[in-house]
Amino acid sequence: MLRVHCATSRFPLHIVVFIAPALVIYTVLMVYPIAATLAESLYRATGSGSGGQTAFAGIDNYLALVGARPWAVRFWGALEHNVAFFLIQFLVQNPLGLLLAVLLSRPGLRLGAAYRTILYVPAMLSIVIAGFVWQLMLNPLWGIVKASLDVLHIGGLFHPWLGLESSALIALALISTWQFLGMPMMLYLTSLIAIPSEIVDAARVDGASAWTTFWRIQFPLILPTVGIVAILTYTGSLNAFDLVFALQGPLAAPNYATDVLGTLFYRTYFGGMGTAADPAMGSTIAGMTFVIVLAGVLVYLIGWQRRATVYEL
Amino acid sequence: MVALGANGGPAVHAQTPVNLVLESWRVEDAAIWEGTIIPAYQATHKDVTITYRPTNSSFYNAALGTELQGGTVGDVFACQPFDTSEAFYNQGYLPKINDMPELAHFSALARSGWTTRDGVNTYCMPVASVMEGFTYNKDAFDKLGLTPPNTRAEFFQVLDAIKKDGTYIPLAMGTYDGWTVGDRGLYSNGPNFWKGEEGRQALIGGTAKLTDPQFVDAMRFVAQWRPYLAADPEAIKYTDTQEMFPLGQAAIMPAGSWEISLFRQKAKFPMGVFMPPVANPGDQHYIDQQIDIAFTYNPKSANVDAARQFVDWLGTAEFATLYSNALPGFFTLGDYEVQVADPLAQEYLSWLKNAKPTLRLAEQYLSTGNPSLESDLFTLMPQVLNGTLAPEDAARMAQQDLDSWYQPPQR
Repeated sequence: MLRVHCATSRFPLHIVVFIAPALVIYTVLMVYPIAATLAESLYRATGSGSGGQTAFAGIDNYLALVGARPWAVRFWGALEHNVAFFLIQFLVQNPLGLLLAVLLSRPGLRLGAAYRTILYVPAMLSIVIAGFVWQLMLNPLWGIVKASLDVLHIGGLFHPWLGLESSALIALALISTWQFLGMPMMLYLTSLIAIPSEIVDAARVDGASAWTTFWRIQFPLILPTVGIVAILTYTGSLNAFDLVFALQGPLAAPNYATDVLGTLFYRTYFGGMGTAADPAMGSTIAGMTFVIVLAGVLVYLIGWQRRATVYEL
Repeated sequence: MVALGANGGPAVHAQTPVNLVLESWRVEDAAIWEGTIIPAYQATHKDVTITYRPTNSSFYNAALGTELQGGTVGDVFACQPFDTSEAFYNQGYLPKINDMPELAHFSALARSGWTTRDGVNTYCMPVASVMEGFTYNKDAFDKLGLTPPNTRAEFFQVLDAIKKDGTYIPLAMGTYDGWTVGDRGLYSNGPNFWKGEEGRQALIGGTAKLTDPQFVDAMRFVAQWRPYLAADPEAIKYTDTQEMFPLGQAAIMPAGSWEISLFRQKAKFPMGVFMPPVANPGDQHYIDQQIDIAFTYNPKSANVDAARQFVDWLGTAEFATLYSNALPGFFTLGDYEVQVADPLAQEYLSWLKNAKPTLRLAEQYLSTGNPSLESDLFTLMPQVLNGTLAPEDAARMAQQDLDSWYQPPQR
């Protein structure tokens, strides 16, 4: 009787104490900046020059971004490039990562740890470094790619891929894929290792081939990992800014062919390269990016994670 | 010189030593200011010490804006030309310096980056500019028996001769960094087509359009360079060209005076420069002189008198001589004769005797809206040079974008 009385009347202070540090840090560093940015996107500058007065504009900035020249052209173009970037990365990285993980998880593989490390090293490099290394390799003047093709007498296959409108975005997405291939590989490898060997052994005893074992036993068990890889690639590619900015510049050359929401945001919010800064529209772009990422994550949480079958092993 | 310094430092302040904080975006110039310029000033102003406090150029304006609003700005600080400084002036943060004696050395063009649109009030002391033209490998020219071209016909004859010989790539230029084609192609060579300031002012005033022949022809001229570039110029960067030329792979580079120091470090051959070519012998030459940096003082500074005197001194021939020699390729904007030691810098300076200076086409007023003319030109000009966009179409698209937001001033 006494215990119940205590529990209902005394405020559970210890819960507040435990939650407070994380809550405070998260609020100050994440929630507040997002809220401030979203608030800024509802205003527009009045008068000339930066740092002047602002007026409440409601959702006008958002309407301009999706429906009025010149913003809409750039916004939809950038979004399209983000989606393409995501698809290329996802469709190339997943099969390759899975294949490498399966190979690395084979029992009796020699030098497994060495391969694992080598394949993961690029992911630890700075994006800018990885980008510059590839830029140098693909350079038509002193790049190793052209030189190698010339040695093989197929120099005609070389094109300045990073400088052509038709191929620049694909090239960037593949550079990014190369760099982060280690991520899905490690995730798949971890879930493959987690599968008890008895199940695989049992399948083999039943006469299943390696191919059948993989598709009927292992693959269904690692399916939840595909969802995790997808959502990591999705948020990563929507924030793909550094690689484009470092290699193609703030104008996302050539002719905005590599423009993504990140570079559009940078040009708009900070200005530069002959463009005046427009913090309100910049915040609007950041707000839209936030909404798009949020929508994707919700689709994942509701549409995938809750429905995916997780087997208790 | 001594007399100048003595005039600038009246006895009023001799008894109270002051320290001035000097802010700039030129991080790389710290040694020059601390080692050369500040000691020279202190030789005649023993009561003044100066602390050079630079900020990385990409954050400079944002940092300066915050400091001005918060009242923590240094006593003296650098001003970028045109819109950003104009906004600070309009917000009341910058002083009016019209009555500074040394300001008389600067022409209206030199002051235009830091003067109100009506041309009345100036708020920063102009300090330096850079110039654009072509730098060439003298060994290559001697070997092939070539002389620097004056006309466009000669320009293409020279390029053809270099291409035919095959030892050198004729032009060190790529289209990967779009600004290089806009800047070192169009801004540098175009003024000979649109008659420098005349054409630029007409565009600003709305009496000329980019679709007019003087602008389209300038774009077409740049498009004609294509056969003289290295293979696959789409992926050749600005920094690649800065290697190609001093390594002796390319004979000519459309370059700026700011590259003198870099070329001096890397190139093992004698170099020369020539002006952007004109249509006919004897035609007036126009030069793209990019006004770059100016300084002003904080009117709310505790040491406002000392800061003001220092800014005025930045307009003297004494300062200009020190600065131009410490940074070859950065030229004073004043009207005095400055002796520079570097022969390439001397060649650039000699152009101003006959050629008329003008500014980058899109730098003033035409890039304050969206889409800005400058970002348009930096995106369209590489396509023009790559042959994927006709000059007429590029001009039409840029003019359309400009018409969508730009209002010529009502006169």
